[in-house]
Amino acid sequence: MKRHLPLLVFLVALAVSPVMLSEFYVTLLNYIGLYSIVALGLVLLTGVGGLTSFGQAAFVGLGAYATGYLTTAHAVSPWLALLIGLALTAVVALILGFMTLRLSGHYLPLGTIAWGISLYFLFGNLDFLGGHTGLTSIPVLELFGYRLDTGRRFYYIIWIALLGAILATQNLLNSREGRAIRALKGGGLMAEAMGVNTARTKTVIFIIAALFACVSGWLYAHLQRFVNPTPFGLHIGIEYLFMAVVGGAAHVWGALVGAGLITVLKQWLQDILPKIFGQSGNFEVIFFGLMLIIVLQRARDGIWPWLIRVLPSMETGERVVAEAEPLPRRQMPATGAVVLEVKNARKVFGGLVANNNMSLTVKAGEVMALIGPNGAGKSTMFNCISGVAPVTSGEIDFLGQRIETLESREIVRRGMGRTFQHVRLLPTMSVLENVAIGAHLRGSKGVLSASLHLERTEEARLLAEAKRQLERVGLGGHLFDEAGSLPLGQQRLMEIARALCTDPCLLLLDEPAAGLRYLEKQALAELLRKLRGEGMGILLVEHDMDFVMGLADRVVVMEFGEKISEGLPEEVQKDPVVLEAYLGGVE
Amino acid sequence: MNLEIALLLGQDGIVNGAIYALLALALVLVFAVTRVIFIPQGEFVAYGALTLATFQMGKTPNTIWLLLGVGILVALIDTIIAVRGGNLGRLKRIVLWNLVLPAVVVGLVLLLEPGKLPLAAQVALTLAIVVPLGPMVYRLVYQPLAEASVLILLIVSVAVHLVLAGLGLLFFGAEGSRTTPFSEAQFQLGTLAVNGQTVFVVGTSVVLIIALYQFFGRTLYGKALRATAINRVGARLMGISNTMAGKLSFTLAAGIGALSGILISPITTVYYDTGFMIGLKGFVAAIIAGLASYPLAAAGAVLVGLLESFSSFWASAFKEVIVFTLIIPVLMWRSLTSHHVEEEE
Repeated sequence: MKRHLPLLVFLVALAVSPVMLSEFYVTLLNYIGLYSIVALGLVLLTGVGGLTSFGQAAFVGLGAYATGYLTTAHAVSPWLALLIGLALTAVVALILGFMTLRLSGHYLPLGTIAWGISLYFLFGNLDFLGGHTGLTSIPVLELFGYRLDTGRRFYYIIWIALLGAILATQNLLNSREGRAIRALKGGGLMAEAMGVNTARTKTVIFIIAALFACVSGWLYAHLQRFVNPTPFGLHIGIEYLFMAVVGGAAHVWGALVGAGLITVLKQWLQDILPKIFGQSGNFEVIFFGLMLIIVLQRARDGIWPWLIRVLPSMETGERVVAEAEPLPRRQMPATGAVVLEVKNARKVFGGLVANNNMSLTVKAGEVMALIGPNGAGKSTMFNCISGVAPVTSGEIDFLGQRIETLESREIVRRGMGRTFQHVRLLPTMSVLENVAIGAHLRGSKGVLSASLHLERTEEARLLAEAKRQLERVGLGGHLFDEAGSLPLGQQRLMEIARALCTDPCLLLLDEPAAGLRYLEKQALAELLRKLRGEGMGILLVEHDMDFVMGLADRVVVMEFGEKISEGLPEEVQKDPVVLEAYLGGVE
Repeated sequence: MNLEIALLLGQDGIVNGAIYALLALALVLVFAVTRVIFIPQGEFVAYGALTLATFQMGKTPNTIWLLLGVGILVALIDTIIAVRGGNLGRLKRIVLWNLVLPAVVVGLVLLLEPGKLPLAAQVALTLAIVVPLGPMVYRLVYQPLAEASVLILLIVSVAVHLVLAGLGLLFFGAEGSRTTPFSEAQFQLGTLAVNGQTVFVVGTSVVLIIALYQFFGRTLYGKALRATAINRVGARLMGISNTMAGKLSFTLAAGIGALSGILISPITTVYYDTGFMIGLKGFVAAIIAGLASYPLAAAGAVLVGLLESFSSFWASAFKEVIVFTLIIPVLMWRSLTSHHVEEEE
């Protein structure tokens, strides 16, 4: 109860505001609400997803003009106009996203700058949209026969829309799709290797942010009852981004704080600055610009994280993982059957040949070790097999199908799990959530059911699976620790748990024992033996020879990108070529 | 449309294209070296044009006070850092570049009555005021964020643009200005009348582009910038300071920006916010080149210039829409030809 106290106080204050406050403040609150809806989209897009858009104002304009035009020129119901506006926005966002989101991160903002300017000029120059004067006499919104014709009456619909959007966003972020979204910033490659289609996920959050903006525009049009191009220009798009960044772009409530602060500050600066400078003009941008620079230099996370330290905690921290029905497992191939066959693989980086003429096989129920001196090309081989960096030529068969041209997310779908030599995790997310990303493909519920929390049964099963795998690798006591706080050895174990969550029949482990203590290594070897006993194929890169030789059924030795030896551990250990590669020849 | 109009529009387009090319080069340079997408480039264009115009009106441009103020701020911060770190040897340079130099420029402007000076002297003074703002902005805004992500740097760039644009409005007011042409000559090429100013703009652009090419190919500092662009850490390990590279590229960008403003101000009326649009068109050209290739950026710029002048003939209300939607097919093509998951920092 104490946890929710600030929220309750806030909601009660919101509810009584229109009754207590003067017209001026109600109008101000209406605008804060409208801006917060747009800024919330940017929190999802920029703060969480690591993408950004300067063109949100144009999406607001799309929503406003769609309803403005349809309700005045064609007498369409505002509610139908909302749906049409949303559909239009989604299509535009989809096209823009398709064009820019597969390129590096700065193309989206640049694309949205261009789009923001184009749409602004288009609004101003199309005769049927009223040109620069705009559209007037947009009808009053009616809800169950109740006319929302004053600011006070309109207030509730704005704030209900905002709180609904905040709740939906928060729900979304605490879900399977939400983990994929949170992985975009700094974990794209890992997420792809766990089966997340990052291009699709990016497009989804861009569309959600655009739809929020569109709703805000629709509300704006019916509140003002006229629209012209001015509030949809690029500079307003920039202002929305300010709100999100200043408020705290990584937190849903940051949008509200930022929108509130910037709106009030703007009001105040517009009053006093012309008096100071003795001329009129929008000089508040000077101060906003300086403020943003200082915020980004000094406190990149914005105001909200600072505020949360003052207020009692409001974050929802679920500390128990409920028991749930286990997820279905895939059919394992019969022990001894070949699961992976690499034939003449070659990988070239520019002029450097990293792998040449590499061939190897892994069978179900065996541990195959890939060893060799540093720089021999072992990790490159892993990346080729798992599709992270595809081969230049050669053939890779997995479970009888060719996979060398597939994306890594398609390969993991077929039952190949992997860890990384340099651990790839999301340091501020909990260990449990990090591992649950591995189970991404074992759930199917989408963004909509996540926003409404209709996928709780599936979510519980995914988290229970993550917990089970963590207990298996011996991290059962660290479920809710921040992943970045674990020592390196345990981070590697966490990666193994994550790979196991993908329900693999072939496991690729890149130096899993590095950084582990002796007892931890023994426990790991025990786990790998058990997995082998269950029929899993394991391809292992490792430098600890005691560990490798005690565990491996067969060994392939690499040097300078080529295979120099292959056989049983004891054979390989005696092979003069191998001895020379590791110890140097006797001159 | 007849041939005469086409030639006239073509001439217009090439003049604008030459300016966009200069700006696009600067944008590619700054991005490659510092990863900063330099949105405020346009403000340097406006500051250059309007400072010169203010001289010609016989008034004192307020940009000198900005130069002085920013110089004092940089000197203050750098002095504190130098004193704290015990680097007293650096004080001389700090004072020279951030206090003495601006003070000399301000002194000259106040003493000389620049309105009566020859054009070349006015241009030199204008550059002396505007160009030092480039490295100073880098020092104050970007240097503390040198390791931040491209996205953060982009947001900061937008913030700097707003600050400079707001100050531009404060300094120069909302009215536009035009400066006197550098050359009143007229040439007759067949049926086409060519302005002296046109020749001047295109000529200067070509000369500058060649000079930049030589700078990057032949000089030590040029090569240092290229090295930083290719690998920041590697360059640093070889003794090339990233801060130096950043300041140098901002100096070049500010210089190119201010000069572009000076070149166009006799042809078109410049307002405090004109630079932003011009800069963005330079961006479209730079994006065509993928923010990487200089020759492609220049070619893209000429394309943007031509597209703009011809669309102003056929559909003048939609001129901007047409120019900015040009990047859509470009982005589409880039998106379809690249398939790779990139790891952002």
